Order: sequence, then C-alpha cells, then structure tokens
Amino acid sequence: MRLLKKQHRKVEKLKTALPALVLGLSLLCMTPFISAAQIDTDEPEKKGIAIAAENDRRDSGWLNNSATVKMILTNKHGQTNTRMIRFRTMETIKDGVQVGGDKTLLVFDSPLDIKGTAFLTHSHKDRDDDQWLYLPTLKRVKRISARNKSGSFVGSEFAYEDISSEEVEKYTYQWLRDEVYDGRDCYVVERVPVDKKNTGYKRHIVWFDKAEFLIRKIDYYDRKDMLLKTLTFKNYEKQLDTFWRARQMRMVNYQNGKSTELFWSDRKFRAGLKSRDFTKNSLKRSR
Amino acid sequence: MKKKWFFFVLGVIGFVVEPFASMANEITGEITLEYDVFFADAQHPDQSSKNYIASCAFKAEYYHEWDNGSSFVFTPFGRIDEVDSKRSHFDIRELNYQYVGDTWELRVGVGKVFWGVTEFVHLVDIINQTDLVENIDGETKLGQPMVHLSLVNDWGTLDLFGLPGFRERTFPGRKGRLRTALVIDTDNAEYESGAEDLHVDWAVRYSHSVGDLDFGIYHFRGTGREPTLRLGLNDRNQPVLIPFYEQIDQTGLDLQYIAGQWLFKEEALYRFGQNDDDYFASVSGFEYTFVTVAGSKVDLSIVGEYAYDERAEKATNPFQNDIIGGVRINVNDTASTEILCGLAYDLDNASKVFSVEAGRRIGERYKAQLQSRIYFDSTGDNITSALRDDDYIRFELTRFF
Repeated sequence: MRLLKKQHRKVEKLKTALPALVLGLSLLCMTPFISAAQIDTDEPEKKGIAIAAENDRRDSGWLNNSATVKMILTNKHGQTNTRMIRFRTMETIKDGVQVGGDKTLLVFDSPLDIKGTAFLTHSHKDRDDDQWLYLPTLKRVKRISARNKSGSFVGSEFAYEDISSEEVEKYTYQWLRDEVYDGRDCYVVERVPVDKKNTGYKRHIVWFDKAEFLIRKIDYYDRKDMLLKTLTFKNYEKQLDTFWRARQMRMVNYQNGKSTELFWSDRKFRAGLKSRDFTKNSLKRSR
Repeated sequence: MKKKWFFFVLGVIGFVVEPFASMANEITGEITLEYDVFFADAQHPDQSSKNYIASCAFKAEYYHEWDNGSSFVFTPFGRIDEVDSKRSHFDIRELNYQYVGDTWELRVGVGKVFWGVTEFVHLVDIINQTDLVENIDGETKLGQPMVHLSLVNDWGTLDLFGLPGFRERTFPGRKGRLRTALVIDTDNAEYESGAEDLHVDWAVRYSHSVGDLDFGIYHFRGTGREPTLRLGLNDRNQPVLIPFYEQIDQTGLDLQYIAGQWLFKEEALYRFGQNDDDYFASVSGFEYTFVTVAGSKVDLSIVGEYAYDERAEKATNPFQNDIIGGVRINVNDTASTEILCGLAYDLDNASKVFSVEAGRRIGERYKAQLQSRIYFDSTGDNITSALRDDDYIRFELTRFF
C-alpha cells in the first residue's frame, strides 16, 4: 500500500539466474547516477520519471512491515465514522533482489460487524494483481477481480488504486515546475496512468520535496479532467534511519464534500513476517 | 451428548488456556433479535398459527493467540424461538486449538471449513453439517469435530481431515414454519453405519492458485451430510420422515477463473453410496461487476448460475435443473449497505423462488438485516411446494459487543 511501502522494480523477474542477477545488480547500482543526472535535465519527461524513480529507489529494502491505521470518514455535515485496520506488507525478495510484486494483508478490527474481514493482495507489475477477500462469518475465501481499481475502498474517499502498490511503470511522467509547497522546495510532476481503461483518473499532479523526494501532496483529476480529490501527507517520520513514512494522510473529495483521514501507528519494519503470513490460509486465521 | 460437549469444553479451556493465558484474551459477541413475518397461514397440520414469530440468538467468541502464531478459539451459539422447540437450539460453532508452522498448520477441535465458489447454490461444501433451522439458504453450519492438517507448499495446499463424530442436520419441529409436510423426526435418525454418529469420516483436498485460476479438488469418505428422508412412524405412531444417513464417497471440484471483471465458476461432484444410486451434480456460474456505477461509489454485480443434478426429480435438494439470476449491489456507503437478490427458475416444473438479502450497519455497534423468500408456481411434487405458503420476510437487528 502507498506509504506503507512502495514497489521497487529496478529488476525484472529472475528467469535465468546468473546473467539476470549480474545485469540486475549492475542496473541497481547505476540507477542513482542515472537519476541524479536526469533530474538536472531540462526535458520535462526525463526529469519527471527521474524524480519518481528516485522516490522509488530511496524506499527499497524494508523487507516487511506491519502497522495499524485508524481511518476516519467524514461526510459533508461533519459526521464521522471510524475504522481500524491492521496492515502487513512484504517485499518479494530472493537472493537480495526484488523478484515480484509486494504482498499485502489487511484486516479489519472495527466496526465490529466486519471484524475479521480481510483482503490479501499479491501485486504484479506485468498483469492484474491477485486479490482475495475473506468473509469470517462464512469462513469463505473469495478470489475477487482486481482489474478495475477505481472503486471505493470500504466506502472511503480512497479508491483501491490510491492505496495499491506504487509502481513507477504504471504512469508516464512530466515535470511541470518547481514550487514551494508548505514551506518546502518541491518538484511538481504530472503523471498519467498507463492503463487508461481501468482508472478513475485522467492524471495526477504530485508534489515531491527536493530534500528527501517524499510525496507531500497529490491532486487527482477525474476522467473529465476536473479536480476531484487532494491527498496530503503529514508528520513524516524516519523508520530504521532510512525509510520515511507519513503518520497522517488526508484525502479530500471536492465533488462530494467528504473526506477520509488515515492515522498510522504501531509501525514495525522488518517485523519478521514470512511468506506463510501472506497465503490464502493466512487469511482464515488473520483476525 | 450435551454432557459430553460440556466436559469437552471445560477440559480444553482448563488445559489449554489456563497455563498460558498471558496475551490477547479477546472476547467478542453478538445478540440478534429476529422477527419473521409470514404472508399466509401455515399449510401443514400442527404448525403454529402465528404468522409473526420472534426469536433471539447469541454468539460469543473467545480468542487467544500466542507469540508463536498458535491460537485458541471458542465460539458458542444459541437461539430461542417463540414457537419451534427444534429451532431453539445450542451449538458449539468452534472450539479448537491451532498451531501454525512455516509450511503446515494443525487444528484440533471443533471447527468450520467452507469449500465452494458459487453464490446461490453451495454444492461441494461438505465438512460441516447444515444448521438448516437457522436459515433455509443452507449457509449456516454446525461445528464439526476435526483434526485438520494443512500442508502449504509452492505447488499448492494439501488439507487432510479426520472427522471423529457426526452432526445430524437440524430440521424444523412440528410447530415450525419452512418445513416439509410430514415432520422430520430428528430424534430417531438412522444410520447405514453401525457406528452411527461416532463414525470417523475422512477427507483430503488439494487446492492451488495458478495465475487467474483458483481451484480445489477433494475426496470425502464417510457419513453423508444430506440424509435420505424415509417414511416412518415416530414414538407416538404418527407418520413422519426419518432421516437416514448413508455412508458415501464423494469427489468434488470447485474452480474459479478471473478474466478482467468477469468471474467464471464451477462446482461439481460425483457421489457414490446414497440410495445405491451414484450420481453427478454441478453448478456453473459467472459474476460480472460494474465498478462505480454512473460515477457513484456503487458497485453492481450480475450473477448467473445453472444447477444440475443427475437424479432429476429424485434429487434431495431443490436445484436439480434450475437457472438462477441475481444482482448484488454494494452501495459502498459508510453503513456498508449491501443487497443481494436472485430469482431461481426450475426448468423442469417452472416453479420459481425469489430471494432478497440486505443489510446495513447502524452506528458502530448495530446491524440491521432483511431477508425474504417468495415462492411462485410451486407444483405438487417439487420440494418447494411444501413451502408455497411460507413466503416470508425476516427482520434482524444485531448488537455487537
């Protein structure tokens, strides 16, 4: 999920072990130099993708983590609803190299009528994600379609695509300008989803700060190119001296007057999670 | 039998929980008030003359998890029904200890397992007995004693079950609605096996996900969950239906294939040993979801299923040659409003059943649910003809704690 983790796909699947590994490692080593050079370019496309790649590169190698999020849904009259969700995420690493998409398990603790309901996602870069839903009352694991991600995540202002894995390859980029946002020097980059059919958006405008390449704000434009939502990130903190995570995220929907806030806590990096914690079986005992 | 359960419960709680009770002792529960409204007077003799029937159910759950991932769960359930003494019942839905290794999981005790993919018909699900008095849709199950070993591998998951002890299907009593014309005498069930309800059943299942395909194939050997109903006399010499539980062998398959927004589903089984009549049955279906309908948050799914049973009119379930069309609406509002409705059409005798299930949360701790079934054109020999005057709406209000 965004900010809980990001995807790092410098390296394609290891199909033939050694040559690919060598190629992969060399690519991995070269990436920062390529990025650093291209961020200074004046070509908007190259600069845009270099900024996104640098953001991605800096958040690699956290292996696995867990966290709790309190989700507060606010309607236009100011009435609120609260959801408590536990997240677990794991990078798919083999021999020190990312070989596949991340795996994510999220479990609802409240409201109580959906307590124990869980989603398992195996992300893929080259095809639709695999996604399963667990219904605790029936003890039923149901494979669900993950093709169209524009649907609302449990009634919130977050769409599935807003919280699913961030892949550099999922967008085309264009650097627009530099700008001071919230007291920080930022790159402003436009990104356009590659899969135009299964998204709710025409484009995003993203503010990356220059200091750490962290996303500070995203404006989402709907398919008619009207400003639909803004996502802001607050209270970034550094985990394991390396990985920045926002403790607070706020999505405001301008068209329906509703908003959703996420408050993260209990973040644990390298929490000792294993593959067994991300299987269909694990859904049934996730609670 | 009840005494046995009681001591089993005490024993397991005392043995497992007491020495380790240190973390995550979690108790949750729910109480549901239910009110059934029947549109017409009862058609069978001795049924309650009430068309408005109240009942109350509770379910509690104690859950404890240890650092090594092993866990204990205890889930008692009970219901009190205003008119039907058979619907007033108690059950232990779960009472088990589970150990989780890196590539294997072992569960010992009373548990619940669901197999299947289709929405309206649940054909291949067999481990747990149906708690039919709870809901005629067959989705509510009784707890099943089991030793369940699950081997999780890259090449798929292998589940091995030893099932000591059999649970009889629950059926409505003399006064209850939604029953057969003759009462099913659950006090005098008969068995093919001399071990009766102590027969040890076995099951093995292999399941896997390969790309867009999820599938499972299993074999079950033991006491059939679906009794053959035989005409007989009860202790007071009244004609009744006596449930007869055969020893069966059943091979079942369930699979689901995803193609974009399409889900394609198949459940099939071959059963040996019931009525000395081997037979094949299947249900095939699809589901297509429209996401964010008309720019709203609403997701709408179209569901279509076809159920076939080789035994035709001798089938022990109502879906022997039926098509079912349905719609699921997930409103995606803060109250998690959901509606599922369907129409089942029997191609052999043109009888139809319309069903609706809807629910939404009220505040943080309550949920309101509505369920309805309406029977059309039910003719003489169809199973649903016994239910033709039992069109109903069920209202439920659940408080979670």
